[in-house]
Amino acid sequence: MTDLSLSNQAFATKPVPPKEATAFRLPTQWIGVAPFFIFALMFLILPTLYLVVGAFRNGEGGFTLDNILQLVSDPSISNSYWSSIKISFWSAIIGAFAGLAIAIAIVRGGLPSWTRSATLTFSGVASNFAGLPLAFAFLATLGRVGIVTTLLRDVLNINIYAMGFNFLTTTGLIAVYLFFQIPLMVVIIVPAIDGLKKEWGEAAATLGATQAQYWRMVVIPVIWPSFLGTVILLFANAFGAIATAYAFAGPTLNIVPIKLYSQMNGDVLHNPQLAYAIAFGMIVITGLANVFYIWFRTRSERWLK
Amino acid sequence: MKSGKFWAWVVFVVGAAYFFIPLMATVEFSLRMRRGVHSFDAYQVVLGDARFQSTFLFSVIAALCTIILGVLIVVPAAYWIRLRLPQLRPIVEFITLLPLVIPAIVIVFGYIRMYGSNSPLPFLASNWGANALLVIGYTTLSLPYMYRAVDTGLRTIDVRTLTEAAQILGAGWGTIITRVILPNVLIAVLSGAFLTFAIVIGEFTMASLLSRPAFGPYLQNIGANRAYEPAALAVIAFAITWGCMSLIQILSRFAPKSANRPN
Repeated sequence: MTDLSLSNQAFATKPVPPKEATAFRLPTQWIGVAPFFIFALMFLILPTLYLVVGAFRNGEGGFTLDNILQLVSDPSISNSYWSSIKISFWSAIIGAFAGLAIAIAIVRGGLPSWTRSATLTFSGVASNFAGLPLAFAFLATLGRVGIVTTLLRDVLNINIYAMGFNFLTTTGLIAVYLFFQIPLMVVIIVPAIDGLKKEWGEAAATLGATQAQYWRMVVIPVIWPSFLGTVILLFANAFGAIATAYAFAGPTLNIVPIKLYSQMNGDVLHNPQLAYAIAFGMIVITGLANVFYIWFRTRSERWLK
Repeated sequence: MKSGKFWAWVVFVVGAAYFFIPLMATVEFSLRMRRGVHSFDAYQVVLGDARFQSTFLFSVIAALCTIILGVLIVVPAAYWIRLRLPQLRPIVEFITLLPLVIPAIVIVFGYIRMYGSNSPLPFLASNWGANALLVIGYTTLSLPYMYRAVDTGLRTIDVRTLTEAAQILGAGWGTIITRVILPNVLIAVLSGAFLTFAIVIGEFTMASLLSRPAFGPYLQNIGANRAYEPAALAVIAFAITWGCMSLIQILSRFAPKSANRPN
């Protein structure tokens, strides 16, 4: 409403000429956004398209599907996709539920108010604490001579490495990735839980709903889309992560980003077409995930106004 | 309700343990370089390392350039979209989300193939070109955060009235953006800037693939070759991230709480 009256006012008070004058000086209309679009085109969209087009070309520049088919037929590549998808999927799911549990605990659990601000501050930090330093922290904790490893061995007589623990397994990486996945979930989902209006709870209670019914029929349907959307964001987040895993194992670990990294980092890119295809596969997977994300986000925003 | 509170405490304590044990263990580990006693030797070795100083300085400068480039690109665009071209908002929001979809390694791979030394635009032919490309890559990575921060800032001020007032007083576009709009969204811009700094400072993938002497590749090198120094570096990196996030929180206290006029 305010917006409408404001623009009417502008029309009423402003003499007509300036607006008319800018109308046929077309470039001024775009000048403010031009740097943004040129930048996005040159350094985001075209480089990506270049790889996508390259994925469908052979060495001579003709069209081919061989590169894409090789992603499936070459077992080392398809395995790397599988482990990446597994790690991203489980770290997203576990991170999402753990993050949700923490968020509910601090918002609705009746804990003292300092827990909420402390958790939110910490989550902001931890969700950005990824990459190499995160790997270093876990190596100092659970590495072969790490503090917790030696404590468990000396005090409780448990040798976790003899029990098969290793960072280079899917489980090991998931456990490490949770360190940034859980906080990211907390950061995103707390506002959604805050968005649950008190009136809804009161309305449900007035209509005679039990606590369980309130959760099942009000809370979960309202939170669900933004929850699911965040799960997908976490998935994409883990799928592209490379530095943490690289710090543990160097180029030996078989996950997609490291596969692509070693393809590119070799002295010769022995098969650029294949590297294009690997990159294309990554875009397709995270892209599909994000299509869902945008879809769920628009659905959830309907409720959180 | 009583049991609800009990479970809330359980969740909180278990969560706190998962997050604090690795951090405390890292601090403890970083102090163990000298046998038998706690000492700051690892920190001394790291901070005294000439390569630490040069790579850290390189990354700080890269981060500052990234912030400047990001502001130059994002502020005018976000302002213009609020003022004149609201119909472009969904497109711009979609583009700023792309860096979350396209992994950094894919973006930098595209750069290497597209701007290689024998391409029409040979960024990678010279050192300065490669440095510029790194800053550009970092700016791309920071787009989602920068755009959202600035857009949130713009939402709290009445862009149209401010612009009209400035125009009536005879200000040109440059003056309007630098002396009217920017000071009003400065806090939002700074929040975006600190977040960008936290993301960029230890970035590994792009710096390593563009062979830049940045902090990320240095961290990787130390991690692969030393025992106690990496722990000290992890503590330092955590402190830097913490510092950036605290600054954002402190700044947000100064930010206007709600829209003067919904736009």
